[in-house]
Amino acid sequence: METLWFIVVAVMLTAYVVLDGFDLGAGVIYLFVARNTTERRTVLRAIGPVWDGNEVWLLAAGGTLYFAFPQLYASSFSGFYLPLMMVLWLLMLRAIGIEFRAQVENPVWQGFFDVVFCVASALLAIFFGAALGNVIRGVPLGADGYFFEPLWTNWRVGPHPGILDWYTVMAGVVALVTLTTHGALYIVTKSEGDLNLRARKVAMWLWPVQLLLTLVSLLATYFVKPEVMNNYRQHPIGLLVPMLVAASLFAMIRATSRNQEKAAFLASGLYIASMLVGAAFALYPVVLPASTDPTYSLTIYNSAAGHHGLVVGITWWCLGAVLAVGYFVFVFRMFRGKVRLEGGGY
Amino acid sequence: MDSALLVHRLHFAFTVTFHYLFPQLTMGLAPLIVVLKTLGLRRNDERYHQAARFWARIFGINFVLGVVTGIPMEFQFGTNWSHFSRFAGGVIGQTLGMEGMFAFFLESAFLGLFLYGEKRLSPRAHWWSAVAVFLGSWLSGFFIVATDAWMQNPVGYERAADGSVQLSSFWQLVLNPWAWWQYAHNMSGAVITGAFVMASIGAFYILWAKHEEHGRIFVRVGVIAGCIFSIIQLFPTGDGQGRMLAQVQPVTLAAMEALFTGQPGAPLVIIGQPNVDTRTIDNPIFVPKALSFLTYRRWSAHVQGLDEFPQNLWPQNIPLLYYSYHIMVGLGTIFIAIMVVSIFLLWRGKLFNARWMLWILLLSLPFPYIANTAGWITAELGRQPWLVYGLMLTADGYSKLVSAGNGMFTLLGFMGMYTVLGILFLFLVQREIERGPAAEPAASH
Repeated sequence: METLWFIVVAVMLTAYVVLDGFDLGAGVIYLFVARNTTERRTVLRAIGPVWDGNEVWLLAAGGTLYFAFPQLYASSFSGFYLPLMMVLWLLMLRAIGIEFRAQVENPVWQGFFDVVFCVASALLAIFFGAALGNVIRGVPLGADGYFFEPLWTNWRVGPHPGILDWYTVMAGVVALVTLTTHGALYIVTKSEGDLNLRARKVAMWLWPVQLLLTLVSLLATYFVKPEVMNNYRQHPIGLLVPMLVAASLFAMIRATSRNQEKAAFLASGLYIASMLVGAAFALYPVVLPASTDPTYSLTIYNSAAGHHGLVVGITWWCLGAVLAVGYFVFVFRMFRGKVRLEGGGY
Repeated sequence: MDSALLVHRLHFAFTVTFHYLFPQLTMGLAPLIVVLKTLGLRRNDERYHQAARFWARIFGINFVLGVVTGIPMEFQFGTNWSHFSRFAGGVIGQTLGMEGMFAFFLESAFLGLFLYGEKRLSPRAHWWSAVAVFLGSWLSGFFIVATDAWMQNPVGYERAADGSVQLSSFWQLVLNPWAWWQYAHNMSGAVITGAFVMASIGAFYILWAKHEEHGRIFVRVGVIAGCIFSIIQLFPTGDGQGRMLAQVQPVTLAAMEALFTGQPGAPLVIIGQPNVDTRTIDNPIFVPKALSFLTYRRWSAHVQGLDEFPQNLWPQNIPLLYYSYHIMVGLGTIFIAIMVVSIFLLWRGKLFNARWMLWILLLSLPFPYIANTAGWITAELGRQPWLVYGLMLTADGYSKLVSAGNGMFTLLGFMGMYTVLGILFLFLVQREIERGPAAEPAASH
């Protein structure tokens, strides 16, 4: 039962990263690929109807995490207090950027909100990567299952690390590059003309960086936490995941260079999903490793809610998930196709 | 009081109070927009569709603010109240998780369709998207109220070996009687906000002599809805909640009414200042025996006073609780008066020429917000010193490792951020109002 909920939460978080990832990424390169007002409005329209719904995945994943693993929620949210509050402020600034950019007509204010949107998107991508880095590396959990992590200590990985050290900063950079490519490929599918060409160029340029960073991050993870290989050794079937990572990465560049816009975007989504699944597979059954004493680590067993609650939850969760997927398919179908500001588009 | 505890309480109180300024309008406007859409379809009248579009734009701005101020609420359960989350997550994780799965997805997906999809959808399908947004926002309200109701009146749980509480009966949790009374009272309060806002903007247009036709529609819909729900707010929902309170939390009722001494035939204090030191009410104006009658339907019934409970179980801030409660009830009474007079004038066909009444409607806009806020302060302060009534003290629930300094830093951060949000919100709404309902939407998205 706990394993099932581990999978559910992992899938929801993955869905969040893949979905909100493209609008975060689109925000990162927004200032650079969309040069005039028409192009900027095109990008904003491409994400306008969906970004809010994508962010709901974060809320829903948070709600499900709270429901299934309350101890993990309590411990990690209070421990990551300062960075989480900053994530909240960035999410707000980003929403302000998107919504108010569309509402003001003065070019000075439009420029201001453009920068707000862009910077907040980039910082969020880095923060989310660093958060994942923290979860993989481990946090200084005490015997009572709580911790409080300062923003940084000496930038080294050790028993008392900060939120930011060289490893988590690297994870942040990986996330930034990955989501930027993802966003660029989304803009490609949604645009035409110069905007389309520029976004495609960004994706092509970033691809070697992404390849390099993928290799570096895998090696660094093995260096920081050799235990990540245990699950792979015991269950070699898990090695399919890294193979999927490699395959999707190559499918991405192949499809991009051949102008298969949708395929490239989907390959990027698959790459992100398989990277995250790979991390989840390596961690299982631990959900928050302790850097202090491995016995303090939070696992799915010592952080889950009561059995009866988990069983009841399956029923409503399945119902809710079916409905949610239905809405999303419906909405994306309604807003499919390229964005055209004039005439038949939305 | 431990200063970290105080900071964490202020942190949640400030963010949730600011947050609830927005959902109360979305939840209140959603059914009224459905009404406007329905009238538009039935009468095949473009003015009603324009009215619906105008309120949908206001709704949209409001909704974004509701979402961005709502995310911190979910986060704070973990960040600032982690000991509470660990203790109660096995139960209230159910309702909070369901809110995410059922309400948020429904609301956000169909709001996008409703705001951006009118040209792509058939009129009937667009009407359904408005209904879906309405359902989503009201479901969301239910799950949050059910969560609060469990904290007020815990049901359907059992103690686990590690001291936490875990779900034992899903249906008891969802069918908690407290949840249903509170939900009815709260949603009716939200519709009052929506109705007063709509009537107020309508009165503004009539007084301004611009967009008068739309102004009349707004005033008519607002006044009819406002009249119905102001009365429902008092009876049965307010009355029902008060009587339930007498059974489940008698000490809270005593503190709200500042009834220091339990007595048969207890009086209802209309105005007066509670004095906790001398345990009296200074300068009271009261109705003899009315509290007994309202609570138990008998003039001579005994109502428990604060003296019948140990003082460490009294709500800590009795004056604030008493004033919040009395402000809520007082404003609710005034709302009924305003709406009954308005509806009488409307029925006689005089309302649109009665400038004095239109001015009253215009200026009444902030008061439902105050009443709703005062009502929530009453509910939450009344539960003190408990975080989960009878099970966990507020002093035991906050994140012990998050220091007062860190809490103060982020509280100030939120205050600054919310000031900016509030100014931007007012600016945008003001611009929509200036532009008026007949105008086509601005070049958004």
